[in-house]
Amino acid sequence: MMLKNYNFSKKESRLYMSFMYVTFAALLIGGLMGLLQTFARSGQFQLPFGINYYTILTVHGVILGLVMTTFFIIGFQFALMGKTVGISDKQRKWAWLAFWTMLAGTIMAAITILVGQANVLYTFYAPLRAHPAFYFGLALVIVGSWIAVFVNFRQLYVWKKANPNQKSPLLAFMVTINMAMWFIASLGVATSVLVQFIPWSLGYAATINVLLSRTLFWYFGHPLVYFWLLPAYMAWYAILPKIIGGKLFSDSLARMAFILLLLFSIPVGFHHQLTEPGIDPTWKFIQVVLTFMVIIPSLMTAFSIFGTFEVRGRKLGHKGLFGWFRNLPWNDVRFLAPFIGMVAFIPGGAGGIVNASHQMNALVHNTIWVTGHFHLTVATTVILTYFGMAYWLVPHLTGRRLTPKLNKLGIVQTIIWTVGMTIMSTAMHIQGLLGGPRRSDFSNYMGGEQVNTWITYQVAQAVGGTILFIGIILMIYIFIQLAFFAPKGVQEFPVAEEEIDAEPTPKILENWYLWIGITIALILFAYTIPVIDIIKHSPPGSIPFDWPIGR
Amino acid sequence: MHLHKYEKIWLIFGGASLAIFLLVIGFAAFWKGTHPQSHIETIDPQNVEEHEAFKPENLGLREVADGKYTVNLIASAFNYDFGTDADGKAVKRIRVPKGSTVLFQVTTKDVVHGFQVAGTNVNMMVEPGHVSRLETVMKNAGEFTVVCNEYCGVGHHQMFAVVEVYE
Repeated sequence: MMLKNYNFSKKESRLYMSFMYVTFAALLIGGLMGLLQTFARSGQFQLPFGINYYTILTVHGVILGLVMTTFFIIGFQFALMGKTVGISDKQRKWAWLAFWTMLAGTIMAAITILVGQANVLYTFYAPLRAHPAFYFGLALVIVGSWIAVFVNFRQLYVWKKANPNQKSPLLAFMVTINMAMWFIASLGVATSVLVQFIPWSLGYAATINVLLSRTLFWYFGHPLVYFWLLPAYMAWYAILPKIIGGKLFSDSLARMAFILLLLFSIPVGFHHQLTEPGIDPTWKFIQVVLTFMVIIPSLMTAFSIFGTFEVRGRKLGHKGLFGWFRNLPWNDVRFLAPFIGMVAFIPGGAGGIVNASHQMNALVHNTIWVTGHFHLTVATTVILTYFGMAYWLVPHLTGRRLTPKLNKLGIVQTIIWTVGMTIMSTAMHIQGLLGGPRRSDFSNYMGGEQVNTWITYQVAQAVGGTILFIGIILMIYIFIQLAFFAPKGVQEFPVAEEEIDAEPTPKILENWYLWIGITIALILFAYTIPVIDIIKHSPPGSIPFDWPIGR
Repeated sequence: MHLHKYEKIWLIFGGASLAIFLLVIGFAAFWKGTHPQSHIETIDPQNVEEHEAFKPENLGLREVADGKYTVNLIASAFNYDFGTDADGKAVKRIRVPKGSTVLFQVTTKDVVHGFQVAGTNVNMMVEPGHVSRLETVMKNAGEFTVVCNEYCGVGHHQMFAVVEVYE
């Protein structure tokens, strides 16, 4: 079956590009903050103008973890939906409302942080109290993203009405899964922000239940990382095969993997709270088991992606166990950048299994190992894949071409990123195993041999950070070229197709009631009793604290 | 749903590995009793002294039996309070002999803190309203830095102490 692809109008392209502008502006600002952090923590450099380390740490976390990723994902997903199921004028207007709401929230939160009223990091743990404008800003970002969620749902619904008895396009299906997961998960943090933080920060509620707020945060906080990862999976499953000239490995397998990710990404938040008092260890263990289930769709993904590569390589006539490997388009940045991302996910995922392992977590919890872990998974796997997508998406939207010269620059950028991240992340992992804490300004803790070993690795992180910042500057240069200066032309929007003789996809994979129903059942199973416990055995609430964050 | 033969093998291998990992973790947790700390004991964060363990005179290191020690302390921004020594000076260093069993009991008066004896498995979140408790055997001699590893404010990195395990 051949699906029709939609071409973008000028108005539509402008919408998707506006998300990309925010993405890359955020990359520059957030990256600069990251650079300053590694410098400050090396102990060799003092932040100028009395800027607080924790202010830039908050900016770095919020602007890269929440703003850059969310804007890229929503923009990219809108483009995928626009391409596969189309967007109506009315839907486009709602999409703009989503954009402006998110942007307004971002600016509000950013200003609050920059004036030093919200040095609470992106996890904003109670009872540290930021200025209410910070929480209102976050709420607006979430509400804006919800508008996007419902526009996407509506897009698929309208397409289904117009194309009865046809399976939805794979990419539209994947976007819908990711947005369903995002919506269900963000209900947790939205509840916490609206019901707990806002009244308390305004002074309407005297105290806050700290453990409940943390539990609601992590109910959202782990699916959040899958919200980042799934667009990368979309690219690997359904876009990369086209770039290398191949076909989809298996439509049903891809859908199955996404369904498993929807089911198992949410009822797992306790693995971020393993060392907390107040949660029964048995329930922690149950969520550890559920966490391990998320690994299965990742194993499926690894198999089918490499399967696609191998099938393609063999079609080109390569024999032997690994001969086909040589024939992949290594000099095409649209392939190379996501490929390196995939490779980084092997140690990244393995480290994740360690983090989630009930007792083993105690050695690394809140050490800089964790920071090293997510700089491999998010800042390498996910971000390199996003970059790989931007190399064709941006020129496609602006009516330009990825020239051989820009392609070559992109390859240089990818290598710089890989080198910088390898140095920084390895240093973080080792320092973490030695006990070095995360989220801390430079400190020699009054000396001692143990502390001296940490500082050596902090210097290595500054070296890695510097290389990465060079990579960011180069990426921004490439983005500006692709957006405004590259020669006019046509750049392909690569969407992979099925083999002609592919097996039909089982209808049950599109049964939304079933999958969302199971998701909710799993969440209720994993959370109901512990949350009742937390509320029933809650200690006296916590009053707000302003002074520890310098307010 | 059609699955490639090799994919089936791969998934069986992967799934079986995960099952084995989980069995090992579960065995350690439920048969050996090595859970992460979770005590579900609550306390009023504005009045922690009312709890026996956190009365000013009970803070710090105490030998409760031969080779068994208790360390009580209160975390607050940006200090670990181990009580005072004979000269009335704040204690910042705990000394225990190698091989001793030490029970750490920690709570906080204000915000969330961390309590990690770096380089060991003693690593707890310390949250207002709860008591964090972990018993461990100090098997290795050396000087271990105690760091606050959960962000607690702008003086977070100045919050530390030392646990010395001597031969």
